[in-house]
Amino acid sequence: MAAPLDIAGFSVLLLLALAVLAPLLRSVRSLQIPLAFSLAAVASLAAVIAGVMAVADGSVASAIMTLGIPGLPFHLRLDPLAGFFLVVIGLMGLFVSIYSIEYVKGYGGERSITQMICFYALFLAGMLLVVLADDAYFFLVAWEMMAAASYFLVMYEDERAENRRAAFLYLLIAHAGALAILLAFGVMASQGGAGGFDGYTFDAMRAAHLSSGWAAAAFFLAFFGFAAKAGVIPLHVWLPEAHPVAPSNISALMSGVMLKTSIYGICRFAFDFIKVFPWWWGGIVLALGLISAVMGVLYALMQHDLKRLLAYHSVENIGIILIGLGLSMIFAAFQLPNLAALALVAALYHTLNHAMFKGLLFMGAGAVLHATHERNMEEMGGLIHRLPWTAPLFLVGCVSISALPPFNGFVSEWLTFQAFLLSPALPHPILKLLIPLGAAMLALTGALAAACFVKVFGVVFLGNWRGHQKPERIHEVGWSMRIGMLLAALTCLLLGILPTWVIGWLDTIPEQLCGGRLAESAGKFGWMWLTPIAHERASYSGPLVFIGILAVVAVTWLLLHLRATRVSRVPIWDCGFAKLTPRMQYTATAFSMPIRRVLGFLFAVREQVEIVPHTNHPAFPVSLQYRLRIRDRFWNWLYEPQGDAAYWIARQVGKLQQGRIQIYLLYSFVTLIVLLVFLG
Amino acid sequence: MSLHPFAIELFQFMLLLGLAPAFAGWVKVLKCRVQGRSAPGVLQPYRDIRRLFGKDIVLAENASWLFRFTPYLTFGVTTIAAGIIPLISVDLPLSAIADVIALVMLFGIVRFFTALAGMDIGTAFGGMGSSREMTIASLAEPAMLMAIFTVSLASNSTSLTQMVSVMAHTQFVIRPSLAFALAAFILIALAETGRIPVDNPATHLELTMIHEAMILEYSGRHLALIEWAGMMKLTLFFALGIASFCPWGIAAGGDLGSLALALASLVVKLMVGALVMVLIETGLAKMRIFRLPEYLGSAFLLATLGMIAFFILE
Repeated sequence: MAAPLDIAGFSVLLLLALAVLAPLLRSVRSLQIPLAFSLAAVASLAAVIAGVMAVADGSVASAIMTLGIPGLPFHLRLDPLAGFFLVVIGLMGLFVSIYSIEYVKGYGGERSITQMICFYALFLAGMLLVVLADDAYFFLVAWEMMAAASYFLVMYEDERAENRRAAFLYLLIAHAGALAILLAFGVMASQGGAGGFDGYTFDAMRAAHLSSGWAAAAFFLAFFGFAAKAGVIPLHVWLPEAHPVAPSNISALMSGVMLKTSIYGICRFAFDFIKVFPWWWGGIVLALGLISAVMGVLYALMQHDLKRLLAYHSVENIGIILIGLGLSMIFAAFQLPNLAALALVAALYHTLNHAMFKGLLFMGAGAVLHATHERNMEEMGGLIHRLPWTAPLFLVGCVSISALPPFNGFVSEWLTFQAFLLSPALPHPILKLLIPLGAAMLALTGALAAACFVKVFGVVFLGNWRGHQKPERIHEVGWSMRIGMLLAALTCLLLGILPTWVIGWLDTIPEQLCGGRLAESAGKFGWMWLTPIAHERASYSGPLVFIGILAVVAVTWLLLHLRATRVSRVPIWDCGFAKLTPRMQYTATAFSMPIRRVLGFLFAVREQVEIVPHTNHPAFPVSLQYRLRIRDRFWNWLYEPQGDAAYWIARQVGKLQQGRIQIYLLYSFVTLIVLLVFLG
Repeated sequence: MSLHPFAIELFQFMLLLGLAPAFAGWVKVLKCRVQGRSAPGVLQPYRDIRRLFGKDIVLAENASWLFRFTPYLTFGVTTIAAGIIPLISVDLPLSAIADVIALVMLFGIVRFFTALAGMDIGTAFGGMGSSREMTIASLAEPAMLMAIFTVSLASNSTSLTQMVSVMAHTQFVIRPSLAFALAAFILIALAETGRIPVDNPATHLELTMIHEAMILEYSGRHLALIEWAGMMKLTLFFALGIASFCPWGIAAGGDLGSLALALASLVVKLMVGALVMVLIETGLAKMRIFRLPEYLGSAFLLATLGMIAFFILE
């Protein structure tokens, strides 16, 4: 039997080979797409197998390659934490690769398929290498490979200025983040004790003993860098720009998986490198998580571009993951390993869950886009009749992300709630009091997410078609796309009803990272009962809730269909007034109007109504125009001043450029004189 | 003689399925009496449900499978919820399948799908009802969980049987944290079950409907299931309040004598609880929808005060 690290290596090599060979595949035109994406699917499956094995047996394997720079060859390491993220990347990679077979066909003839395949493979390989890397240099190489490949994928439809702008913004923020991560590694290596290049291996960083100040500097630099990648508020602005313009299979990977690599980074830095930290680090992570969760979902509610809305939901869910991580760090700082394990498992579980349902939702959005060529929700409606497969699968995603049982989003949020309710165990009176308030914010997030997804599903799939083209021309998407979504939906359900298995499998990670275990208490009463701490404290049985609801529904249905009743289909009752038109339906903007009004102070909302009244009586307007502009306040607060400052500096520097050769010669002369004076 | 736990569970299902319409009828009778009208009788909801089950279904042309599936799901989820809250005995085997957080989320499923069904036909009423319902729910849910968390912190558990038995075995003392939490819970329960001052269950006036607007297009057995589930939800919220705040009298096991006593005390508590709700409903007018954030905000504030009181005073 092959070792997990070998299988992971095979997976990466297969992807790299695919990237290199993609141009050669072009000669077998009809087979290029199925062949390439099948290979990507196989590679992803291999990553899943490697990850599952690595987590299950809790082993640590490492290898040193002959590549790299002198003195610092590439180090690889596969431990349970890396294995878990291999599974997250691999599973979504598998589903999205299957989905892509038909999705990418849609670009055939218009755009370079080779380019797509090449960067797709590099992107997946980059993400796998990020979690496998075991030294700072290799980590950053992989990190940049991932960033660059995804940049080119965001730019895939590059004829529109909007897309180029979004991709540039993404690249900018990604690099600000990468710089911070580089600095964090620098601090760890220089203050860690080991000299030279040796300090840059992760092993040296694990062994390093930093003073508390340097440790904080390293952690928060890294946290800033990873937060920029993850889209933590206020570094989230690139997400709602880049995700909508990328092809949908890429958005599914970026949002579902790529953001998770930063969760990996934060876990690695906090629990693996630094290990001992004060509680306020966790407090900051928790607070940022809460802000991201609530603000993310509120911004999402205000959107009517389907993919942009989903992108804001990624901000929300990253927030929820950070809430779990923050709680875990707080518990770990107070030497409560079992509670830290609970919160860490909640965070990791949500990481996996979010990858699954967000991937599913982005694939669903891609299917809708594929079928209707429309991203604006206000132009959709009634698609449940036209897309009989996509609709129920998308609904599974909606229910999962809204944290409703028996699907997976619920389990991880429930675990997070349980972690919140353990705050009385903390020896700090103020924290005891403040932490449960965070639970209320999480509840608000969950409820707003439910409202948002009622809006999404209701406006896109229910009601009547609002668009201009004829709805008869909309057709269900192809089989490979359906299978990709179906697999993701099934995973959502399984992760929701079998949490004890997942937690039992995950148990090696909290054991290695914070010294606590969860599975023993969580699975004490068999696989059906999830009892995270003790059965008197809380219990949940996913299988029984699922089967119970199904059974009652089935029995009721059968009892009521014993006697034949007539079901007559009639036109909608229009109260006897003019015939109802699709334009009279509630729109996405109308749906979120009460929430916009209640919580509107958090946004920059500008509403304008222009009415041209009738000459006879003002009650009969001739025309009415409604304009609504909602802006992210962080643009005005944070980014515009920076942009303005950069332009201002550039203009001042620009004054030096006179365009006359004499002036430039004078500059050289003065510079020489100054250098001679100072250096001589 | 004592009953097997599963017999108790079965009895509780029967009790809630069977008694929920009578409870709804009782509320209606009380309300009519208090407002000086003549009452239709406690059994009227049974007659309504039977009549609806007998009727044919009239379905809008564009209704999808989701619209037809929602009544069954609503009924199924509410029935499952009925097996979770301990009513007459804490020895309830199915109670462990969901704790109180999961219970709140189960009601969330009902709301989610009802709101979707409201948007399925594509009339403005349905969308309006869904939009308002989800807005109110998103503001009510944090307050609801805060109120419940206060009780959970006091009993160190979110499992309902554990919360009930801890509460039932402690001496009755007025604890400020629980008093605040109860006040918050009452405000939220009125909102969640769609009663005045948040929603008016008796209205079909366009501008004031919330819940009724979502189910306006239903007829026949679909409507019967939704109405029945609605009555059960009302009863369950009372049961949740009783279980969390005054479970005294509940049986500890399956002893027949104590079960009978528990049943009697439950009926008395429900009847008194209904009177309190009717007095609140009669004394207040329905609020404008944009006044509701203040109402729900004060509920949240009360729940938070309860939690602070718990940490500071207890």
